[in-house]
Amino acid sequence: MAITQTPLLVLALINPEIILDLTLQQWDLLVRQARRSGVLARFGYILKRNDLIDKVPQQALKHINSAQTYAEQIAISLTWEVECIQKAFVKLELPLVFLKGTAYAVANNFSGAGRVFSDVDILVPENRIAEVESALNFSGWKASFVDAYDQRFYREWMHEIPPMQHIQRHTSIDVHHNILPKISRYCPDSSLLLLNAVKVSEQNSWVLAPEDRVIHSATHLFHEGEFDHGFRDLSDLDLLIKEFSTEEGWWDKLLQRAIELNQQVPLYYALRYTTLILKTPVPREVLDDCKLWYPNGIQRKIMDWLFCRALMPNHSSCEDSWTGFARWVLYIRSHWIKMPVRILAPHLCRKGWLRLTEQEDY
Amino acid sequence: MKSKGILLQIGPFVVRLDTSIKTVVESVYSLYSDYIFYEDVPSLFIDFYIRIDRPNLYRGYLRSQVQCYIDGNTPFKPLPYEQAFPFFEWGLNWVIASHVHYYLLVHAAVVEKNGDVLILCGKPGAGKSTLCAALASRGWRLFSDEMAVIDLKTNELIPCVRPISLKNQAIDIISEFSPSSIFGLSYKDTAKGTLSHMKPKKEWIEKADIRAVSKWVVFPQYKPDSATTLNSVAKGETVIELAKNSFNYNFLGAQGFNSLCALVDRSDCYRFEYSDLGEAIDTFDKLSS
Repeated sequence: MAITQTPLLVLALINPEIILDLTLQQWDLLVRQARRSGVLARFGYILKRNDLIDKVPQQALKHINSAQTYAEQIAISLTWEVECIQKAFVKLELPLVFLKGTAYAVANNFSGAGRVFSDVDILVPENRIAEVESALNFSGWKASFVDAYDQRFYREWMHEIPPMQHIQRHTSIDVHHNILPKISRYCPDSSLLLLNAVKVSEQNSWVLAPEDRVIHSATHLFHEGEFDHGFRDLSDLDLLIKEFSTEEGWWDKLLQRAIELNQQVPLYYALRYTTLILKTPVPREVLDDCKLWYPNGIQRKIMDWLFCRALMPNHSSCEDSWTGFARWVLYIRSHWIKMPVRILAPHLCRKGWLRLTEQEDY
Repeated sequence: MKSKGILLQIGPFVVRLDTSIKTVVESVYSLYSDYIFYEDVPSLFIDFYIRIDRPNLYRGYLRSQVQCYIDGNTPFKPLPYEQAFPFFEWGLNWVIASHVHYYLLVHAAVVEKNGDVLILCGKPGAGKSTLCAALASRGWRLFSDEMAVIDLKTNELIPCVRPISLKNQAIDIISEFSPSSIFGLSYKDTAKGTLSHMKPKKEWIEKADIRAVSKWVVFPQYKPDSATTLNSVAKGETVIELAKNSFNYNFLGAQGFNSLCALVDRSDCYRFEYSDLGEAIDTFDKLSS
C-alpha cells in the first residue's frame, strides 16, 4: 500500500485494544475519522462488544454516545417504516425482501448496529413492479419528481424505479428489481436472488441469503462511483464476513454463488480489500482461488493503487495527494462498467452540462 | 493557503477555527477576547473543527464567495465573501445542533438572575434576542441567545455564552438602550437582514461553569404599540411548544420527554407581549424579586 501511515480508525477497527494507549489528541482524531466516515456509532458498539467502552475518556465517549443516540432513533423509525411497508404489501402476496442497510438491521446483523442511512431498499420481481408501485401509491408513497430524461434513464436502463417518497413521513423507498442496471454486462439473474431469500424469524420480512447479502454488498461497493461511505461499506463487508464465516462450508458456498450470479470480480475486490485494509480473516486458499478471476497482474496493481486510496475513511487525515484523483478515476469507471458507451457518453455530457450551469448540485 | 488555528473554549465545547481571512480572525479576537484560548497540545480534545475560507479559485475570487467547512465537510452553499464571520457563527450553531445529542437543545434565549433561569422561546422575529440582550445589559447573566443547553440527567441549564446576534432594528434599539455595549461589524443583506454581534461581558464567560435550573419559561412576542402583558400558559402546552422548538428532541426519545417535563414542571410558564423594552425588563425584574 502506498499510503504511508495507516489511519487510526483503521487500526482501531483491526484491533480495538489500541485505544488503551491513545492520547486525547489521538482520540479527537479517531472520533473525527469515525464520524466523517459514518461509523462512529458502530465503533461504539464494537468497543462495547470488546468490553472496552469503559476505557474511553469522557471527552470522546460523549460523542460516541451522541452518535449512538441518533442511530438508535433512526433504528426505531426504521422499525416503524418496515411495518408500514409490510402493511402496504399485504395484498400483494409477495415476499418483502429488504436490501443493504435495512436488511442488516432487520436481520440483526452486526453491521446493522449503529448504521445510519436515509432510504429503505427492497427487491421485487421485475414483472411485479407496476403492482408494487401502485400498492405503495395507495399507502401514501409517491414517485419523486423526475424529468422525462430521468424517467427513461430509470425505467429503461436501471435496476430500480425512481425513488418514492411518503407524503407524510417524507421517508424514501427504493424499489429494485435487480442489483445492477439492466444494461450492465454483469447484471445477474435476479430470480436467483429472490429464490434464495430467507425469512427473518417471526417477522414478515425477508432478506437475501447470507452469501447473497455479502455478494450484493460487494457488487454495490465496487460499482459505486462516490466514496463518501466507501469506508463504512468496506467495514459492512468486514463485519458480514466475520459474522457468517463461522458457518461450516461457508467459503465454498460463497465462491460458488459468486459464479452463479456472475459477480466474481466484485467478490474478488471485496475479499482483496477487506483483507488488505481491515485484515478481515479470509483463508489463503480462498484468496488464491479468487485471484484466478482477476488474472491480469498489472490491472490488479492499478486497482490496488486506486481502491487503497478511495476506500480510506472520508477524512482529510486519511488522504494523500492522489486520493482525489483515485476517486475521480473510480467515478468514471463506475459509469463505464454500469453502462455501454452509447448510453454513457450522452449521459455524462448531460450531467456535465447541468453541473456547469449549476442546475444540479455537486 | 496558510491558515492559523484558533482554539477556543466556547461554553462546554472546545472549538478549533481555521481561517486565512483577516476579518474573521479580527472579529474573533475582538468579540471573543475574554474567552479561554488554548495551545494545540496532545492533552487537548477538540470537539469541533470549523474552517472558513474561499471555496476555490472560481467561486472564491471571481464570484467572491466564502465556504464553511465542518471538519472538511460542506453542508452549506457558499455565501458572499463579506459574510465570512457570521458564517463561522452559523456553522458553529449547525455543528452543535447536529452533533450534540448528549444534551437537550432548544432554540431559545436563556438568562439567569439569583440562580433562577428564564428561558425565552419564540419564532425568529418574535423579539427574543432583543429581549435577551436588553435583560443581559440590565443585570441578568447571559447563558445563550440562541440555544438552551440542558443536562439530561440533572435538567440544569448549561451556559453556552456566545456573541449575541442582533438583526435589523434590534441593533439600533439595543445600542440606544445600552450605550456601553460593544458591537462587532455590521453585515448587510444576510439571509436574516442586517446583522451585528454584541460582545458578551467578561463576567458571563468567567461564570461559564456555573449552571442553574429554570424558573420561568416565557414565549415572548414583540408587537408594535401593544401593552405589556404576561399571561399564564398551561404546562402541557409549554412542553409541546418547547419540543417543537428543540433541535434534537426527536432523537432523544423518552429521555428528552422526561427532561423537558421536569424542566417545565418546576417553571412558571407565560406568554408575553410587549412593545416597550423598559416595561418588559421591569416585568421580569419583578418576577425575580
